[in-house]
Amino acid sequence: MHQATSATAPRLELRNVSKRFPGVLANDSIDLSVAPGEIHALLGENGAGKSTLVKIIYGVLHADEGEVLWEGAPVGIADPHAARNLGIGMVFQHFSLFEAMTVLENIALGIEKAPDMKALAERVVEVSHAYGLPLDPDREVHTLSVGERQRIEIVRCLLQNPCLLIMDEPTSVLTPQEVERLFETLRQLSAEGVSILYISHKLEEIRALCDRATILRGGKVVGSCDPARETAKSMASMMIGAAMRELPTRTGRISDKTRLEVQGLNLDAGHALGVSLKDVTFSVRQGEIFGIAGVAGNGQGELFQALTGERTVHVAQEVLIDGIAAGRMGAAGRRRLGMCSIPEERHGHAAVPEMSLAENFLLSGYRRMKLLAGGFVQAHAMAELAQRVVRDFNVKATGIAATASSLSGGNLQKFIVGREILQNPGILIVSQPTWGLDAGAAAAIHEALLTLAGNGTAIVVISQDLDELLTLSDHLAVINLGRLSKSMVTVDASIDEIGLLMGGLHGMTEHQPEQTEGGVHVA
Amino acid sequence: MSLRIEERRELNLRMFYLTPLLAVVLTVVAGFLMFLSMGYDPFLGIYHFFVSPLLTVYGLAELGLKAAPLIMIAVGLAIGFRANVWNIGAEGQLTIGAVAGGGLALALIDVEAFWVLPLISIAGILGGMAWAAIPAFLKARWDVNEILTSLMLTYVATLTLSALVFGPWKDPMGFNFPQSEMLSESATLPLVLEGTRLHAGVVVALLIAAAGWVVMTRTIIGFQIRVVGQAPAAAAFAGFSRKRLIWLSLLTSGGLAGLAGLFEVAGPIGQLIPSISPGYGFTAIIVAFLGRLHPIGIIGAGLIMALSYIGGENAQVEAGMPQAVTGVFQGMLLFFLLASDFLARYRLRFDSGGNAADLRKEAPAE
Amino acid sequence: MSDPLILGFITVISAATPLLLAALGELVVERSGVLNLGVEGMMLAGAVAGFAITTTTGSATLGIIGAMVAGMAMAFAFGVLTLTLMANQVATGLALTIFGIGLSSLAGAGFVGIAVVPLPKLDIPGISTLPVVGPLLFSHDILIYASIALTVGVAWFLKRSRAGMILRAVGESDISAHSIGYDVIRVRYKAVLFGGLTSGLAGAFLSLSYTPMWIEEMTAGRGWIALALVVFATWRPLRVLFGAYLFGGVTILQLSAQGAGWFDVPSQVMSMLPYIATILVLTIISAGPWRARLNAPACLGKPFRPPT
Repeated sequence: MHQATSATAPRLELRNVSKRFPGVLANDSIDLSVAPGEIHALLGENGAGKSTLVKIIYGVLHADEGEVLWEGAPVGIADPHAARNLGIGMVFQHFSLFEAMTVLENIALGIEKAPDMKALAERVVEVSHAYGLPLDPDREVHTLSVGERQRIEIVRCLLQNPCLLIMDEPTSVLTPQEVERLFETLRQLSAEGVSILYISHKLEEIRALCDRATILRGGKVVGSCDPARETAKSMASMMIGAAMRELPTRTGRISDKTRLEVQGLNLDAGHALGVSLKDVTFSVRQGEIFGIAGVAGNGQGELFQALTGERTVHVAQEVLIDGIAAGRMGAAGRRRLGMCSIPEERHGHAAVPEMSLAENFLLSGYRRMKLLAGGFVQAHAMAELAQRVVRDFNVKATGIAATASSLSGGNLQKFIVGREILQNPGILIVSQPTWGLDAGAAAAIHEALLTLAGNGTAIVVISQDLDELLTLSDHLAVINLGRLSKSMVTVDASIDEIGLLMGGLHGMTEHQPEQTEGGVHVA
Repeated sequence: MSLRIEERRELNLRMFYLTPLLAVVLTVVAGFLMFLSMGYDPFLGIYHFFVSPLLTVYGLAELGLKAAPLIMIAVGLAIGFRANVWNIGAEGQLTIGAVAGGGLALALIDVEAFWVLPLISIAGILGGMAWAAIPAFLKARWDVNEILTSLMLTYVATLTLSALVFGPWKDPMGFNFPQSEMLSESATLPLVLEGTRLHAGVVVALLIAAAGWVVMTRTIIGFQIRVVGQAPAAAAFAGFSRKRLIWLSLLTSGGLAGLAGLFEVAGPIGQLIPSISPGYGFTAIIVAFLGRLHPIGIIGAGLIMALSYIGGENAQVEAGMPQAVTGVFQGMLLFFLLASDFLARYRLRFDSGGNAADLRKEAPAE
Repeated sequence: MSDPLILGFITVISAATPLLLAALGELVVERSGVLNLGVEGMMLAGAVAGFAITTTTGSATLGIIGAMVAGMAMAFAFGVLTLTLMANQVATGLALTIFGIGLSSLAGAGFVGIAVVPLPKLDIPGISTLPVVGPLLFSHDILIYASIALTVGVAWFLKRSRAGMILRAVGESDISAHSIGYDVIRVRYKAVLFGGLTSGLAGAFLSLSYTPMWIEEMTAGRGWIALALVVFATWRPLRVLFGAYLFGGVTILQLSAQGAGWFDVPSQVMSMLPYIATILVLTIISAGPWRARLNAPACLGKPFRPPT
């Protein structure tokens, strides 16, 4: 499904491409070339400039300087329409979909010269079957799973017979089984001569799939390699620029004392695009890290809200904090009982972007740290504590008067984690603690969480990054469609089973939903 | 060479507080052009509008008289705007405050006592609060858009006042004019400057602005209001009750508008008439923005907008200009303010096709 | 024509038309993700421009065109502020209304008390003389026909046309629309200008047909009621039609009640009815099942700046 091309010219070549954002040189004289039929990895940490570079190729952003060559000839790609007319398709990391519109409308919007809707619907069904990506054109997007949404993006690209397919972190939202299925589709396309530019920071995936890899660090190309001939470790050190930091070994023991007990927790979705929680049960002991795995959009947000008290549940007994029924308490009440939390979204949820670090300390810290006198804020004490977080957690900032928005993601997250840890929580609920961070900051945060657990805090980590949970947690469970699986001991858990649980019914067609729990290896 | 727009990583605070002045200057320039196009001598027009009212003691007193309600209402509105609660029905709350306080004053018309004025003031506040409680309840309970409800209630309030002064509250000795009896001495605000109409309300307005400043900058309530406006999810994370803050900001702004309305009745007007405000409730919205939602800024902005009223009257008397010029000036001022905000949030940069070597130097070391 | 019931219905149509016109435009604006609270101001600009041009040139056609241009000029100012300069949409909409009230009073000062010949009724040959349906459906002025045609047109545009699909996409997710190559700002400018055009028409209808004269602030809150109608209609054109006629009915009912003295209450209390009805209707829609809310464009009121 591609045009014949000359054997000599690369399909895509970048020469000396640079792109600057205020305060940051995102791409610095990048050279890159992709051959016809090649699966080419673009490897790098968060913030290395991968997404910026592919957005330039797809015409969403424009390079400040440098050249783009297509089939050997220089081209200017003014916008995504121009890119698509050349034969470039792109699957975005954060999908470019419209929730309240149908699959068919979403596809029609993303292709040039759409035929009439009826003919298009037929083509969608046809193409989606040819590549093992079944889709119902009339469904509205908000009713679909994350994996199905990705299919829309892929089918949308395939309908235009692309010569180059760009995939930005496509597996971060998929179960291990869905990843395998995606790889088969990509290999099939490659065999048909389609070039694929595959962006990821997952090394094993790249080794399994890609013919060649270009490694970016700090906006520059720092090397390229044949992934099959490298080890994950050697690629990681190129990507990070230093040897991986080893995590400290766990100190302290998990005691028998249960700090948090969740018993048959139910919560309605709250809004049309939400997920209801059904009968969620688990418990966390003093000094234990409890991991909750799952594909995005399976109720993680609702579970975080129900645990922290951002939304209350109807039955107080459904959440017990140190034996006290707290289900009907709001966030303030639960904080008083010693439960602190770290939401996934740093800007606007865990912190107020336009406010200073000192005020952001006040945000969640004033109750436990007693920063009020008769309703008035004790400014000195507030500044001192914020200063302590900055110092103790090695936060790079111009001072505590700096706004949260002026910090890099890693430094802001260090501040947020430090703010909660300084409050000496008995229980800590954390969602996606290292999402979007570079390896250095992620390691620092993992270390802080392990130390906190070593000191006796019961920690719940909700994460879509399975590797993170396998590294951190003592026990873990999987959330799917608002139901939580039975918990398993992390060291004994099998990746296949976790993957099947993450996929829910999709991966377990032979089982009834009730039986999924029974099918799991329980220690 | 090309112009490009860059988002500032942090709000430029100097610009943020300077742009209101820029907006005033632009408004005067636009006013100059408007006078020119209408066939008036623009210098004389500007003089009558912006300068001559400030040259007499009487003019200055009138300035304070009109600034007082604007400041009182705007301080309350600013609290709501910071919390993303858009009460634009202050005009209605002002009217009901006047009805409640004025009605009580009419009932007590024969009473001569020091407590009459405080009592009717409280009634004015409660009246404004009650009117604001309707959008507060609807928003807190069902998330009904408070912009539309508070505005619709303004029409209802005006009609209520009209029904009363055309009906049961009409002065029987008033030659059938739609107006109530004059309020008693005890229900009238004392003057602070003899020979003018400047009354004690101006002192109250300044005290309210000061109190607003303390609450917004020093207390946890002020902090909560700012958080819920800037980042509602962060407010939920911190455990601040959004509903409580909706109630708080609407009741505060409604109460202050009600008090401002009562002060008009107990001050310069002295009785209930069908129209007790030249749109103070709406103009206060501009005052709140022009003052950067900051109580101290609001004092300055209140004086500027008061000048637009007096200037309009003056220009009408002196140069025969239509009264509507005032409204045009007020609208233009808000337009220019909103437009010049851009300068505080974004940086304009002229590129001369700079090369990557220059860019690299600016890249941060990390 | 003498049947009072038919006459009543015709006045309902008249009362509904300005609401329908303004609300249809605002619906398109909101579906593109922009909240323009300045409908009242744009209507006033249209009303005064339509009236002034009609009386000075003697041509209602020029007046109507002038009203559309005036509405669009106001909308353009709104667009520059909110779309190009990314000002707060709520504040800018309020500014537009305050400015519109002032400007229209200023511009209309010389036209107060002048009468104009109302827009002619365009009888459709052959059928306008039919009993009942003739006067009811086929003997109206051009703006009434236009309002019905616009309703159908907007409904078709949003549901069936590619441009309408793009407009919905822009209102649903500006970032996604941008990343697949649509010019979000341009689409929104067009929508905002369309909103100005229909508000201008609504104003012209008021000053040239409904009460054929210019009165200061003659819109009397109709711009705000039109905004409420869009919410009431859950962003669907045909429901806007229904809502506008419902409100037209309430307005005429209270006017008739006042005129006939059906109830022993002050006329002011009857005049409150449309405003109270608006609050009630908003409450019912907001308190209803949350399915309705899914219809609200997801990006409504949020500023968008394309990354460069």
